Amino acid sequence: MLLGPSLILSAILFTIGVVGVMIRRNAIVLFMCVELMLNAVNLSFVAFSTARGFGGQVMVFFVMTVAAAEAAVGLAIILAIFRHTKSVDLKNINLLQG
Amino acid sequence: MTEIVFYLLAFMAVLSALLCITQKNPVPSALWLVSTMFALAAIYVLLNAQFIAAMQVLVYAGAVMVLFLFVIMLLNLGKADTSDLKRGPVFLVATLLGAGLLTALLVVRHTSLAGLAAKAGGPAGAGSPFAVLPGAGQVQSLESFNNAVGALARPMFEIYLVPFEITSILLLAAAVGAVVLAKRKL
Repeated sequence: MLLGPSLILSAILFTIGVVGVMIRRNAIVLFMCVELMLNAVNLSFVAFSTARGFGGQVMVFFVMTVAAAEAAVGLAIILAIFRHTKSVDLKNINLLQG
Repeated sequence: MTEIVFYLLAFMAVLSALLCITQKNPVPSALWLVSTMFALAAIYVLLNAQFIAAMQVLVYAGAVMVLFLFVIMLLNLGKADTSDLKRGPVFLVATLLGAGLLTALLVVRHTSLAGLAAKAGGPAGAGSPFAVLPGAGQVQSLESFNNAVGALARPMFEIYLVPFEITSILLLAAAVGAVVLAKRKL
């Protein structure tokens, strides 16, 4: 039964993603950390689907759809920001700073 | 045997994820993330979710990561000379917050596994968080469906048909939005 170990792995990967978002300043690497978090959640969905039926795998399907849409729109936003500031470093993106 | 393979793949996934968030150049960072996703796809096969494993390789490791690498190379970010890792107190605070989050997640795992074990075999009770899911509590085997794809298609096109149709609107909005945002002049 791999449900327990899978949930531990999912928790570790999600934490790595969150720490990555906090310690990096490159906007694209930040996006990759968000993808890592989505993957960790997918793993726990699949793990629970071994115990509770196939609804979890349908949820993984929806998460993948949302992740693909998010990557397309997010990278378009990064492209627009890069055109404006000539950088993807978050310390240069301070338009709302007082 | 399955456990040994699982732990090897889990080690590979965690190591690749750690390397992904510590590389200073975004290109190797993206490639380590692909390695994590391949390890997760193999774990999905061990968890008896073969169709999801194929989708993981095709959609995540294929399409999404190619999009990331394409943007990195389009913006010419592949020659990072200085690391963008935050130093000093921010790093320390991030590590502490990460440790706290990991502890909280493991506590949640413990309680939810205990809840699952208490209701093992029986249908989900009214107070259970699983009760909102239609068909919860009855685990059918893959053999009762035609195959791995049939097992996923039945709930998707019967119970989750409306959410499935709504994702098509989401994808249309995302495609239109990406084109509008990436245009040089509106």
